[in-house]
Amino acid sequence: MAGFTRGFLGRNKGPRDPRLPPGQYDTGKSWPVLTAEARPKLSTDNWTMKVNGLVERASSWTWEEAHALPPSTYQGAIHCVTTWSKFDMTWNGVSVDTLLEAAGPLPSASYVMATSHTGYTTNLPLDDVTGGKAWVAWEVDGAPLSTSHGGPARLLVPHLYFWKSAKWIASLTLMDHDEPGFWERNGYHDHGDPWREERYQGD
Amino acid sequence: MADAAPRNPWKTATVVGIRPETPRAKTLRLKFEQPVEHMAGQYFIVRLTAPDGYTAQRSYSCASPPDGSNELELTIELLDGGEVSTYLHNVVEAGDELDVRGPIGLWFVWNGDHPACMIGGGSGVVPLMAMLRYARTTGKSDLVRLLVSVRSPADLYYADELPGPETTVIYTRQNPPGVNRASGRLRMTDVPEVADDATVYVCGSPDFCDSVTDLLIGNGVLAERIRVERFGPTGD
Repeated sequence: MAGFTRGFLGRNKGPRDPRLPPGQYDTGKSWPVLTAEARPKLSTDNWTMKVNGLVERASSWTWEEAHALPPSTYQGAIHCVTTWSKFDMTWNGVSVDTLLEAAGPLPSASYVMATSHTGYTTNLPLDDVTGGKAWVAWEVDGAPLSTSHGGPARLLVPHLYFWKSAKWIASLTLMDHDEPGFWERNGYHDHGDPWREERYQGD
Repeated sequence: MADAAPRNPWKTATVVGIRPETPRAKTLRLKFEQPVEHMAGQYFIVRLTAPDGYTAQRSYSCASPPDGSNELELTIELLDGGEVSTYLHNVVEAGDELDVRGPIGLWFVWNGDHPACMIGGGSGVVPLMAMLRYARTTGKSDLVRLLVSVRSPADLYYADELPGPETTVIYTRQNPPGVNRASGRLRMTDVPEVADDATVYVCGSPDFCDSVTDLLIGNGVLAERIRVERFGPTGD
């Protein structure tokens, strides 16, 4: 390691925001868009959200059915592995707990594969999407979620790096083992905790 | 797992050359102690550390092709207010050491075994340049087509290397002398034919990527053939 970098003092020399995980910066009002595929054209008319795999009742919700579920809100920050964090966001949607309650996870279920309408996938421990920690969200800061940001609805798992919050979410598949998803096969960490800087495989 | 060395540790690289590409882009040539194996299209992370321990890190695409050497090149676009890019543009000198990690990313890569159609906007040409250079240095130029969109001739990176039978440059605002195409945003007629077994690599700003991928899909290119890398500070 080069120790400190000659001539670099850091731009923001005020006290560091304690809400910032290590290596992250506050992106302020901007909200970068990062995806690895073409932006899909999805209609809420034929949108569905499914929970399947190791569950008692494979379940599916239309757009209207999902909106008839008890609403749930997340207020707080999101953290992208590319080092920006964004604070004070308000997300509305439905808690993943509500969806899982309807489907009934089998005792053997311990991991989840989230799959998007584009085919994007990301893997998560079941414990990371239960207990009020994850949502299927369709509204952010009072407006419908834009396609670029994953609309009409995306997975929201804000305590993990944001590639885990799959845009254009289509299904959660419960599994009894872990399997790498898209970015996890392509060099990113299986878990992705920003407070432990679990950015890349091997961290 | 606990004793395993990190598979992607931070390394010290020495800046051995700095070359301007445009008024807002510089290429840093970095030398490592060991050869760094990478694939065309991958990126690296540069971390700056202040004396008080404060750090800032950003990702930069590698512009040089895989060549088995212990040197590689990153091209850095200067972003307004960019903490790391401003430092790399205004402070770094040859001989300085930087903490670098990588390569990262196994998705936006081309390994030379099938056709590639590459479309880049502005600074989005950087990872595509690694692919073009790799194709040229391995005698596979016939497999690749590169289309670059820039505002004006002054915004074109790697200008002395881009002319070639496999490359096209279009100008959205201002043409250089002798260009017949009316300046303007990329149109389907600008896009090279995409072979059925080609991967299409699109890199640039979110707006550029969205407009190009919409154009491609509207003209029958399958979405699963398209790989996208979005650059730049902000989206909507």
